[in-house]
Amino acid sequence: MAIFEGYDPGGFHDEMFAGSGEVRPYCAPLLNKMDNLSEREFLDRKAASELYFVRQGITFNVYHDNRGMERIFPFDPVPRVIPANEWELLEAGLTQRIIALNLFLHDIYHDQQILKDGVIPRHYIENAKHYRPEFRGVDVPADIYIHICGSDMIKGKDGTYYVLEDNGRCPSGASYLLENRNALKRAFPDIFHTLGVRPVDSYPRDLLNMLHHISPRREADPVCVLLTPGCYNSAYFEHCYLAREMGIEIVEGKDLVVKDNFVYMRTTHGLVRVDVIYRRIDDDFIDPTVFRKDSVLGVPGLMNAYRAGHVALANAVGTGVADDKVTYYFVPRMIEYYLGQKPILPNVPTYLASEEADLKFILGHLPELVVKAANESGGYGMLMGPSATKEEIEVFREKIIADPRNYIAQPVVSLSRCPTWCDGAIEGRHIDLRPYIIYGDEVKIVPGGLTRVALTKGSLVVNSSQGGGSKDTWVLR
Amino acid sequence: MLSRVANTLYWMVRNVERADNLSRLIDVNQQLLLDFESLDSERLRGFWAPIIQSLGEEEAFETLYDEPGSSQVIRFLSDDTRNPNSIASCIAQARENARTIRDQLSDELWEELNSLYLFTRSTEASFLIESNPPKYYESIRRGAATFLGVAASTMARNEAWEFIDIGRQLERADKTTRFLDITSYLPKTAEDEITSPGILHWTAILRSCGAMGAFRSDQREISARGVVDFLIFSPEFPRSIRFCIERLDASLHKVSGTPRGTFSNESERIAGKLLADINFSSTDDVFKEGLHGYLDGLQTKFNAIGAEIFETYVLLPERVTEAPPEPERVKSAVAGWQFEQQQQQRNKAQP
Repeated sequence: MAIFEGYDPGGFHDEMFAGSGEVRPYCAPLLNKMDNLSEREFLDRKAASELYFVRQGITFNVYHDNRGMERIFPFDPVPRVIPANEWELLEAGLTQRIIALNLFLHDIYHDQQILKDGVIPRHYIENAKHYRPEFRGVDVPADIYIHICGSDMIKGKDGTYYVLEDNGRCPSGASYLLENRNALKRAFPDIFHTLGVRPVDSYPRDLLNMLHHISPRREADPVCVLLTPGCYNSAYFEHCYLAREMGIEIVEGKDLVVKDNFVYMRTTHGLVRVDVIYRRIDDDFIDPTVFRKDSVLGVPGLMNAYRAGHVALANAVGTGVADDKVTYYFVPRMIEYYLGQKPILPNVPTYLASEEADLKFILGHLPELVVKAANESGGYGMLMGPSATKEEIEVFREKIIADPRNYIAQPVVSLSRCPTWCDGAIEGRHIDLRPYIIYGDEVKIVPGGLTRVALTKGSLVVNSSQGGGSKDTWVLR
Repeated sequence: MLSRVANTLYWMVRNVERADNLSRLIDVNQQLLLDFESLDSERLRGFWAPIIQSLGEEEAFETLYDEPGSSQVIRFLSDDTRNPNSIASCIAQARENARTIRDQLSDELWEELNSLYLFTRSTEASFLIESNPPKYYESIRRGAATFLGVAASTMARNEAWEFIDIGRQLERADKTTRFLDITSYLPKTAEDEITSPGILHWTAILRSCGAMGAFRSDQREISARGVVDFLIFSPEFPRSIRFCIERLDASLHKVSGTPRGTFSNESERIAGKLLADINFSSTDDVFKEGLHGYLDGLQTKFNAIGAEIFETYVLLPERVTEAPPEPERVKSAVAGWQFEQQQQQRNKAQP
């Protein structure tokens, strides 16, 4: 029996089928190949790709498991296909967005023109949890703040792409994007040949070029390192993977020392000066002399070296203010303000609980809305109105009233679905997309991204911490 | 290379090598038991106690077990995770070492160690220890040998490799002294010193080192003198102490770039001096000093070399003190390292 037989798009926007049973033309070759596989053959290939993940140890750490077993990030072998014209749109829109966000960050850490002109109310920025007033007036290399951005994209019912949020601190997942491709190449080498799928393997090179670009030391080959919180961090696999692919050292806080405002790493042959740090530690933990005093993960004195311009950080300090969901609300305005352009990619319609009219609307429509805390990620601190119980809704009502600055609300967007193997059959599951945007001497976006899929039937929550998995993402030539 | 990485590579291999040597030791002695006609519990104690003693583990063993019978000793040394120096613990520690520096290892190397680890944690492994111990130990040895083989064929011969080799040679030399030292703890009988420990014991020691074939082709008769000579002084056998220290000395000099025969740090000085001493000693010197005392002296020097390597390459004391204006935090990083070092070392206390 063909595995796609009886597949039902179910009235959602489906990435593979235009109407019921009508395959999108650019997906036809993929469907043909896959549908010709017997279920047995399909499962064999799925198992082959999973074995690849286990053997490579591409896993999440599971804390406090005394058998020491780690979990693999669930991987669905049916890829998500993005045609060339859609990708062009995404590329243009995301480029526009990261440029505007960087101009915004430079502005609010310098002249604050956008606040003076009243385009964004001052209090929203100055009260943002991750705004770092102590870095006002500090110049960062090449004036770039967000060097790596993972903006989450969703596709609505009519096929329109929306930006759901921007991750401008330490977005993770790029290693899964790369390994998903490796795994799928092993599982379906024959499908790959014919479709014109754009390769993704330039990512580590683009990342390294960007790190070189922001080096404060021009006269020598810059020494770049990746700073990790250590091997117990859930993204440690990714840290190792990227460091190795770039051929740079992966360091922990204790490997670095600051001396006369320069950063050095301790090596077997003495101290070696470090020029660029791709840090995968949040601001809060990066320097215990400035931020959290109790942090043992960071490097004391690092912020002084950074202020002195002796070391570059990617991403810069203070970018968290751009992750704030209230700031997100203003990104389309930033694009118009700084670039004089219309935003190419729309935001999801958003209500700010701290605006009186919006608050009234939110409180009146809680069962229809998604409410999000302004500074949470990973699917935490969320209310999914339509599926919430009365009690949950009331709890959120209290929270919103108590601290409106910390909440936004959005209508439920019916995310597009993609055919996904679900324990015995192919069924539609909701997906999103996290492309990785690198901003160095130019903006580079690796064609594809991490497609996350909500494996639970009907669920709209794709986060890996909430039972999500991932898919390979094919951008066609 | 990063100091932390050097330290971790060194311990990763020491742990694998330690597990390998333990599995040889237990396997051989378990089979040796089969050659004795009848063993009451007193004699069993007399059989296993020296092995535990030579490893410096009496205290740890006694806190965990009442009776030094075969099955207790085997559990203690094989898959008891409460014993940080059991085979299973060593492999787990090595795998943890490897995990923290995965970016430095080839995929194949990681996979090998990971699968050895998964084996030690499997029900298959505990079943084998009960039902077919030789097969269990064979799997450990095979895994360790494959690990070292994959390392040899996939790692560049750079500094990382030298640190791996340093860890391996040091652990190997140390274990050879401990195998030989078992004889010092055997109960003395009325017979003369050379026959007790008897041929069977000397044979077991050779087999623990995988040295039977090599020994036979070199010397014909198994005797105390012959075995001691071979396992300490052979310039060719890869588990002899001389061979290990020769390689160790070469690797230390490759790391520092100092010509051999000279030294630039304490580890090189002690290793060089020890090598010269071994090169110019004979079995007579060993027996004159007494085998146990001689082996004890070697172990002390191995420990000193290990400690000096740590001082020189990991702690960098002089460079750290001249470094940053955050003395407390630097102290805590150093303290952290020392703590880790002690964790790794903790059951290497000298008998």
